[in-house]
Amino acid sequence: MQPQVLTMNSPDTAKAAPGFATRYKRFSQSPVFFPLIGLVLVCIAMALTTEHFFDPDNLVNIARQVSVNAIIAVGMTCAILSGGIDLSVGAVMALAGTLMAGLMVGGMPPEAAIAIGLGVGLLFGVANGFFVAYAGMPPIIVTLATMGIARGIALIYTGGYPIDGLPDWFAFFGSGRVLGLQAPVLIMLLVFVAAYVLLDHTPVGRYIYAIGGNEEATRLSGVRVPRYKLLVYGLSGLTASIAGLVLTSRLMSGQPNAGVSFELDAIAAVVMGGTAISGGRGSIVGTLIGAVMLGVLNNGLNMMGVSPYVQNIIKGVIILLAIYISRERTKRR
Amino acid sequence: MNQSHNQTDSQTILTLEHISKSFPGVKALQDIHLSVNRGEVHALLGENGAGKSTLMKILCGIHQPDAGRIVFDGVERQFERYNDAIAAGIGIIFQEFSLIPDLNAVENIFLGRERTNRVGLLGKAEMRHRAAMIFDRLGIDIDLTVPVRHLSVAEQQFVEIAKALSLNAKVLVLDEPTATLTPSEAEHLFSIMRELKAHDVAMIFISHHMEEIFAVCDRITVLRDGQYVGTTEVATTDVDALVEMMVGRRLEQSFPPKPARNRDARKVLEVRALQRYKHDPVNRFDLHEGEILGFAGLVGSGRTELARAVIGADPAHRKEVWLNGVPVKLNNAGDALAQGIGLLPESRKTEGLILDFSIRDNISINNLGKYQRVGPLIDQGLEGRTTVDVMRQVGVKAPGPGTRVGTLSGGNQQKVVIARWLNHHCKILIFDEPTRGIDVGAKAEIYNLMRRLTAQGYAIIMISSELPEIVGMCDRVAVFKQGAIVTVLEDDAIESNEVMRHATAGSHHEFA
Repeated sequence: MQPQVLTMNSPDTAKAAPGFATRYKRFSQSPVFFPLIGLVLVCIAMALTTEHFFDPDNLVNIARQVSVNAIIAVGMTCAILSGGIDLSVGAVMALAGTLMAGLMVGGMPPEAAIAIGLGVGLLFGVANGFFVAYAGMPPIIVTLATMGIARGIALIYTGGYPIDGLPDWFAFFGSGRVLGLQAPVLIMLLVFVAAYVLLDHTPVGRYIYAIGGNEEATRLSGVRVPRYKLLVYGLSGLTASIAGLVLTSRLMSGQPNAGVSFELDAIAAVVMGGTAISGGRGSIVGTLIGAVMLGVLNNGLNMMGVSPYVQNIIKGVIILLAIYISRERTKRR
Repeated sequence: MNQSHNQTDSQTILTLEHISKSFPGVKALQDIHLSVNRGEVHALLGENGAGKSTLMKILCGIHQPDAGRIVFDGVERQFERYNDAIAAGIGIIFQEFSLIPDLNAVENIFLGRERTNRVGLLGKAEMRHRAAMIFDRLGIDIDLTVPVRHLSVAEQQFVEIAKALSLNAKVLVLDEPTATLTPSEAEHLFSIMRELKAHDVAMIFISHHMEEIFAVCDRITVLRDGQYVGTTEVATTDVDALVEMMVGRRLEQSFPPKPARNRDARKVLEVRALQRYKHDPVNRFDLHEGEILGFAGLVGSGRTELARAVIGADPAHRKEVWLNGVPVKLNNAGDALAQGIGLLPESRKTEGLILDFSIRDNISINNLGKYQRVGPLIDQGLEGRTTVDVMRQVGVKAPGPGTRVGTLSGGNQQKVVIARWLNHHCKILIFDEPTRGIDVGAKAEIYNLMRRLTAQGYAIIMISSELPEIVGMCDRVAVFKQGAIVTVLEDDAIESNEVMRHATAGSHHEFA
C-alpha cells in the first residue's frame, strides 16, 4: 500500500518523470525491497552451490512446490495485516481435501464435492472470524482451538486413512497444464491477483490495513470493524481449502494428516515477505516473494542433500533474520 | 524572583538548568529552570500544555533534553532511562499508576528486587516487615495482603509513594495526585506529604488547584507555553499573582468573535436520556444547529464517557437519542456516521489516526464508497484530488496527500481528523480536547475553523479542560461533575469562575 501512496497520488510529483535516483529511493522504501534482495541472495547462493538450480525443469518444479504454501499464505497475509493470525489453516486444508476426496469417491458429482470442500473451509474461517470479531476472543487461541477441531473431524471422517481412488480427471488441479502453465501455478497466480486487487484497490483492503494499523481509530471513524474481521478469517479459510484442492489433486489422495505445521510455513512466507507481524504494514506481492524464497530454500537444501533436520534450523534462522530486518526498518521510520 | 535556580548550596537537592526540548513541529520546552531544596514541597504550575509533564519526563529519563543539564544531589546527571532516574533516587507517581493490579502491596513495592532468604526462596516475612515499617512511618493503615486492585485509588497512591520511599527516593514527583481523590483522602495525602517533608524528602507537586498549593507547598515555579515564567515563595504571593503568571498576556488569545446566538435554531440532537450504567446519573442535553456546546468539568467528570456513549462507541444502560426530531438507534460509531455524527477523539494518536497511513488514506477511510467508479475499485486519482481539496479547506500543511500522518505536527494531525469528517459531510461533530498538545498558532486556526463550520450550520460539541477555551469558544456550556451534567450555562453566565464553581461545588477543591 505504501508504494502507491508515495508514487501515484501526489499530483505535484507525478508530472515530471522521476529520475533514477528518485525511482531508486522510492523503490528502496517499498515494502518489497528487502524481500526481493533476500530472494536474489538466496537464488545466487543456490546457483553457486548446486548444479542444476537454474534448469527450467527445476524452476518449474519450485513453482509447483511453492503453490500450496503460497495459496495458504494469501489468507494468512490478510489475517496478519489485520493484526491477527490464523493457525487453523493447515488443518482446515486437510479437512477440505479429505472431504472432497471422500465425497467424490462416495459418488457425488465432483463439482459438488469440490464446492462442499471449499464451502466447509470458508465456514471454518467464518467461525474463526465470528469468535474473533464478535466474541472478542484472541485470534491465536481461537484458531488454535479450531485447528484441533478441524484436524479431529478430518481424522474421524477418514478413520485416519488416506482416501484414494479419485477420478482421473481430478488430477488436473495438481498436475494439469493450461497454455503451457502448470495448473497449481495458475491457480496460485489467480489467487494472488484477486488478493492484490482486493487489498490494494478496494475499500475492504484499505479497512484490513487500517484495522491492523489502529483498530480503535478505525472503529471510531465509523468503519464497521467486526464485519471486516469476519471477512478476513473467512478468506483465510477459503484460501486454505483451495490449497486443499490443489494438494489433494496432486497427491490424488485425501490425506487427513496433510498440512501439519503448514501454518508455520505460511506465517514464514508472510513475514519473510516484509509484512509486519503486528499488522497494518506489508504487501501481498511481498508474500509471493517470501513464499518463493522459502520454496527456493527448500529446493536448494534438498538438492544439496542437507538433512531435513538441519533444514529446519536454517529456515528458523532465516525467519529470525527477516523479522529482525523488518523491525529495524520500522524503528528508523 | 528567580534567582533561586542559581543556588548551588547543599540545601539544594535538585537543579534543572536551561532545559530545552522539541518534538516534531512543537517546541515543548525552552530554557526551563527548576531548583528544589531538601525537604521542600515545590509546586509546578501551568496550564494544560505548559510543559509540566514533559519537564518531569525529562527529569526521570523518559525523554532526553535537547539542551540543558540536571544536577541531582550535587552531581550532574544524565538519565538515559527511567530506571536510571529511579535508581538515583527520584520517585515519580504518575496519574496512571504503575502498580500490578493482581499483586499485593508488598509484592508491588519489591517488584523486580525481591528479597530472598537463606535457601534462595522469597523472603516474604522480611519484605512484609520492611513494607509495614514504611507504612507505619507514614501513618498509613492498609491491608498488605490483598491484591492492590481491591484498594481504593488513594490507597494505591499511598502504595506508590511507599514504593518510591523504599527505593530511598530523595525527590518525589506527584503528578496531579489529588485529581481522583475524595476530600478526606486528599487531606490524608497532604498529611503524609508533611510527614515526608519532616524526613527531608523533597517533593515536586503538580496540581491545578490553587488551594492545595497554598495548603502544602513552599515555593512555586510557573511555566507557560513551554517557557519558564518564574519561581516564587508561597508566603509572598497570592492567587491573583499566580494566575497572572500562568496565563500572562494569553488571556487575549485570539478566539474568533462569537456570533449573536440564534435562539430559534432548531435542535439537531436531543439526548433525552442517557445513563451509562445502572446506578449512574441520567443525563439530558440538546444541541442546536450552528452552535458550539461546551462540555466542561474536571478531569474524570465523565465528559468523554458521555460523548462516547452518545455515538455508541461505548455501551449505555439507557439511551434515548433523537436526531432532527426523529428517534435513532446509535449502537456503534458506524451507526453514528450513517446519521452524520463524527467524533474527534481525545487521543488523536491512539484513537484518531492510523499513523502509518498517508493523509489521504486517513481522511478517506470512512468514505471510500465515494471514490468507487468501476465496480468495487477505488479511483485513487479522484481520491487524491479530493484529498487535496479537503486538506486546503482545513489548512493541513504537508508536502502532499501521500505524506505519512505520523510525521506531521500535532496541529496538522488534528486537522486531518477533522478533515475526515468534513469529507463525509457530517453535520454534528464532537471535538474531544481538540487543541490538546498543539501550539498556539495551530490552536487559533482550529478555533477559526470551528467558527467557520458553525456558520455553515454545523453543530459542535467541544469537550475541553482548558477554561479559557470553554469561555472563549462556547455558545452554551454543560458543566459536568461526577458523571452528571450539573448545569447548562448560557450567554454572560459563561465565565471562568462560574464554570469552576459548578464543576467543583461541594468537593474538596473548594476550600477557599
